[in-house]
Amino acid sequence: MSTTFDKVAEIIAETCDIPRENIKPESHAINDLEIDSLDFLDIAFAIDKAFGIKLPLEQWTQEVNDGKATTDQYFVLKNLCERIDELIAAKGA
Amino acid sequence: MRLEYFQMVDRFVEVDVGARLARAICTVPMQSTVFEGHFPGYPLMPGVLLIECMAQTTGWLVSALTGFTGLPALAGVKEGKIRAAVFPGDVLEIEGRVIHEGSGYAIGEAKGRCKGAAVCDATLTYRIIPYPSEELRTGLWEWAERINFPAKEFAK
Repeated sequence: MSTTFDKVAEIIAETCDIPRENIKPESHAINDLEIDSLDFLDIAFAIDKAFGIKLPLEQWTQEVNDGKATTDQYFVLKNLCERIDELIAAKGA
Repeated sequence: MRLEYFQMVDRFVEVDVGARLARAICTVPMQSTVFEGHFPGYPLMPGVLLIECMAQTTGWLVSALTGFTGLPALAGVKEGKIRAAVFPGDVLEIEGRVIHEGSGYAIGEAKGRCKGAAVCDATLTYRIIPYPSEELRTGLWEWAERINFPAKEFAK
């Protein structure tokens, strides 16, 4: 059974043409993988579809802009996957 | 089509927000300076303007779905296809669908037909950005009325 990280890594590899082996749980989507905001929309779309959720990108952006969160909390992949798991859990609750 | 103003839609003939579907008519003008250059002696509707017809038709639908809370800025065009030549005077029937409403973005699919034949289609990505000016937002109501789009019905 594939993990959330496996699925997300596959999506990123396919969407952004990044070798799968370069995508690690510790990778920062923006700083390490150099994914720009437009490509991240494609990733968000694929994640939304794959997991049946809606990544709250606007809320996350606002929190980062307001200094209430860091990009690491949302864009380091292991953290992103935790957020996805929380959204999946909240959907099923 | 007010080509000189880059306002491509003449009128909406169907807006079904529940079904995430809109249909619009875009009539290519007989005269435009665009056709003096594209091409001399062979006036041809530029393919990028067919994309724009689809983007505006679907963009209005995105606006309705998001309650006119932001401007759907075209951010991506995928699988864009121009299937046939379109000429001055041609009447385009454009159909736009929203297939996904994300947080701050939306994905649409659109296609255009002319004289019963498919002429264009594309998958479109929009970023929903805050209106850069109140003037723009208030100007939308007049524009919407002109093209038969029930904007105020959906405005939050």
